[in-house]
Amino acid sequence: MWRDHLTEIIVFSFLFLLVSVMGFVAARWRAPKDMAHLDEWGLGGRSFGGWITWFLVGGDLYTAYTFVAVPALMFGAGAAGFFAVPYTIVIYPLVFLVLVRLWSVSHRHGFVTPADFVRNRFDSPVLALLIAITGIVATMPYIALQLIGIEAVLKTMGVTGDNALARHLPIIIAFAILAAYTYQSGLRAPALIAFVKDSLIYIVILVAVIYLPYKLGGWGDIFAAADAKFDASPNPNDGILLNGNNQLQYVTLALGSALALFLYPHSITGVLASRNRDVIKRNMSALPAYSLLLGLIALLGYMAIAAGVKPLPGNSAGSVDNNTIVPLLFDQQFPDWFAGVAYAAIGIGALVPAAIMSIAAANLFTRNIYKEYLKRDASPAQEANVSKITSLVVKVGAVACIVFLDPQFSIDLQLIGGVIILQTLPAVALGLYTRWFHRTGLIVGWAIGMGLGMWMLYQVASPTRKHFGGSAFPLSEFGFDTTRTIYVGIVAVAVNLAVAALVTLALRAAKVDEGVDGTTPDDYFADEGDPRVTAGPDRDADSAREPVA
Amino acid sequence: MAAPEPEAPTTAPTRAKDHSPWNWLLFIPIVVPLIPVFFNGDSPRVFGFPRFYWLQLAFILLGVGTTTLVYQMTKKRGGS
Repeated sequence: MWRDHLTEIIVFSFLFLLVSVMGFVAARWRAPKDMAHLDEWGLGGRSFGGWITWFLVGGDLYTAYTFVAVPALMFGAGAAGFFAVPYTIVIYPLVFLVLVRLWSVSHRHGFVTPADFVRNRFDSPVLALLIAITGIVATMPYIALQLIGIEAVLKTMGVTGDNALARHLPIIIAFAILAAYTYQSGLRAPALIAFVKDSLIYIVILVAVIYLPYKLGGWGDIFAAADAKFDASPNPNDGILLNGNNQLQYVTLALGSALALFLYPHSITGVLASRNRDVIKRNMSALPAYSLLLGLIALLGYMAIAAGVKPLPGNSAGSVDNNTIVPLLFDQQFPDWFAGVAYAAIGIGALVPAAIMSIAAANLFTRNIYKEYLKRDASPAQEANVSKITSLVVKVGAVACIVFLDPQFSIDLQLIGGVIILQTLPAVALGLYTRWFHRTGLIVGWAIGMGLGMWMLYQVASPTRKHFGGSAFPLSEFGFDTTRTIYVGIVAVAVNLAVAALVTLALRAAKVDEGVDGTTPDDYFADEGDPRVTAGPDRDADSAREPVA
Repeated sequence: MAAPEPEAPTTAPTRAKDHSPWNWLLFIPIVVPLIPVFFNGDSPRVFGFPRFYWLQLAFILLGVGTTTLVYQMTKKRGGS
């Protein structure tokens, strides 16, 4: 059946090979004097200006999975899937306020990961280790999910096989190429590829939102078709508007996802790679262009309803794979060559975030596990080398997740990932503002928040599953007399904060040692050209004017 | 989103940089998109879009406008 899709496959393969070449060439792009340094391999030399940052962070935050899963959610549940829009509005003012401080303190101290910052701020290698492990565990399934994005496209093009190996071979090849050029070029590879990825996505979506409504009878008809579908469905919580039960879930999910997104190691990597504070701040005004795009992409779910798209069967008998609706919609409505371009946009869209995520996870391992616990005196070149190898291991792990486990497992893990990464909020985000919390308080709060989050997720049932059925926790489980639901992550992080605060008060009363803050208040405002930055690849360390404790 | 910094102010003349009152404006695009009463309705429709959809898309402009304004008002003036 793949022969019916030959044009699509040729266009897809051509564009895919083009970016692969770009990935390898990227090592020479803005080439540093010395690539054997984590600042160069893992943060692109901390030198990216406005445009590169815009493409890189945009390509990083809006992943292929987002582009496939958000319309799938709209297709299945309606308005509840539109949370992606407020979610990606709320995040930018938060970054504007918070991550700029992280950039400054990292710039001055040479931090590469959020755990580096926590270690210095709270003088606690244990807390830093917990933050690093949380980051790695949350990121791994996210990388695996990018593969699901590619798989949805391949499935639609008929590239499948009879056995597991044949079915997964294209993905294994794609990831092997990705792993090779990430190994060689580091963060420069996704930064360069992001230009192609985002340009393709913008073209495809602009064409889709102008051409498809025209073909499908206009927006009024599209919303009417969606409304009719949800009216006919037995599920009381779907529809083109929210109802009394899911409004709280909608806003807490939007807020919680925004808080989680900017705590994810890969977003922090993208932000830390920019040249100065101004680049970040200006980008916070320019990045919402992607949110508009995402809002329009979400509506592709309704267009698929209006176009009568029937999702392909899922992996288990009788199930359907809603993730295939967008590729199917393109296949059905667009000429073959343009559908090929659209598929390439999704496929390449998976590579950029997957590369950045694996770099971020590798940096966490190198800085906060390898250097902290295995080899304290590692040189910058050894650090860069360990990170490169770790990035390979991370990708092999992600492919193994998809090949050997039920993809549903990755989706569950990603759901959990959002909740667990939120538990680093008190140490990382609040830590940028205050050192009021005691390091042990933060550790206890983290543990309780994690435990509670896991338990709550376990309790959530869905029509098809008994546990891990979603992130909407029914408040009735807490004994409230209501049918409302709330996002698990928000509850878990609130409890985490409360526990951290109580333990802090207790430890302070008992006068337990709090360690020494390695940062000074004006570290949080340092900017490019700051004379007090500590040793970097091509900077002098001896210009420090005041001791950095 | 966090309590103000409780640490005693040290000798840092650059501190005031991030403490501009303009920053408070950033809470508008954080809070407004999270109040469903504003957008959870069908009418009025714009180009066939129910209010739920066009208003939330319009909030993107609110976010862009606010961050741009705050950036312009707080960026370093003059040289340096």
